[in-house]
Amino acid sequence: MTKVNVYVTLRESVVDPQGIAAKEALQTMGYKEVENVRIGKLIELELDGTAPEIDARVKEMCEKLLVNKVIEDYRYEIGEVAGK
Amino acid sequence: MKFAILVFPGSGCDIDMHHAVKSVLGNEAEYIWHTEANLEGFDAVLIPSGASYGDYLRPGALAQSSPAIESLKAFAASGKPVLGVGNGFQILAEAGLLPGAFLRNKGLKFRSGNAKLTVLNTDSKFTSDYENGQVITIPFAHEYGNYFVDEETVTELKNNNRIVFTYADGNTDGSTADIAGVLNEQGNVLGMMPLPERAVEEIIGGTDGLPLFNSILKRWSENNVSHA
Repeated sequence: MTKVNVYVTLRESVVDPQGIAAKEALQTMGYKEVENVRIGKLIELELDGTAPEIDARVKEMCEKLLVNKVIEDYRYEIGEVAGK
Repeated sequence: MKFAILVFPGSGCDIDMHHAVKSVLGNEAEYIWHTEANLEGFDAVLIPSGASYGDYLRPGALAQSSPAIESLKAFAASGKPVLGVGNGFQILAEAGLLPGAFLRNKGLKFRSGNAKLTVLNTDSKFTSDYENGQVITIPFAHEYGNYFVDEETVTELKNNNRIVFTYADGNTDGSTADIAGVLNEQGNVLGMMPLPERAVEEIIGGTDGLPLFNSILKRWSENNVSHA
């Protein structure tokens, strides 16, 4: 089996209200060194490792559905999972 | 005039939309379940609000996997009117029929109430019954009402009169350029976060949504008189 981690983050130009709220909370808790927080998401895909063109198809899945490029950037890592 | 009301799993305001166009305005209206996907014979498509597919991944995003989206794209390409409100607007943006995307409200909370909107373009087939600059009151209810478009797109939207409604009272939830409603390039697809179908009778708090539906009807009857 192949496991793919897709990391989705808000684009630099997009204000992240959740990140700002979390940053303020951390600073209130005494973590004054926190200058910025950006919150994204991790999408884990498990794929049939024998399927062809995994890289191209994962990219397609990201562009067509998993990521909205108007507001988000993404990168992904493809890895094998042992024993499955 | 015959309206299709496109219903996805999780659509919540389909009955309000049906009530507005059928009971209040006396037109034909049919619910179209998203897997039926046949929009033949309809004069306009309405995409109601709600939380299609539970708002999972991003509001409106998963509707793209429905067969209805392909027929909706063909319908929109034919030039007939398509109106998406609330989650319907999010579905249109995610499907690429309208520009932009949605973020969580700037205040991170679901908000509802009456929005004050300025009507900016009265040439569109959705707004000809309003007056330019008119301020109208339309209910809204959303958590992901923070409309985002990049600067380049905003300029293009402004230059082509595609921003039809802006928030007039500063309650924008963070929306770029105060945008509350926007048209596609051809001018036949309108998306707006406020909910005009909730403002069609005095008894439900106001009638400022009526001119929107009347504009659609008027334009349709003008175009169809010549065939009579």
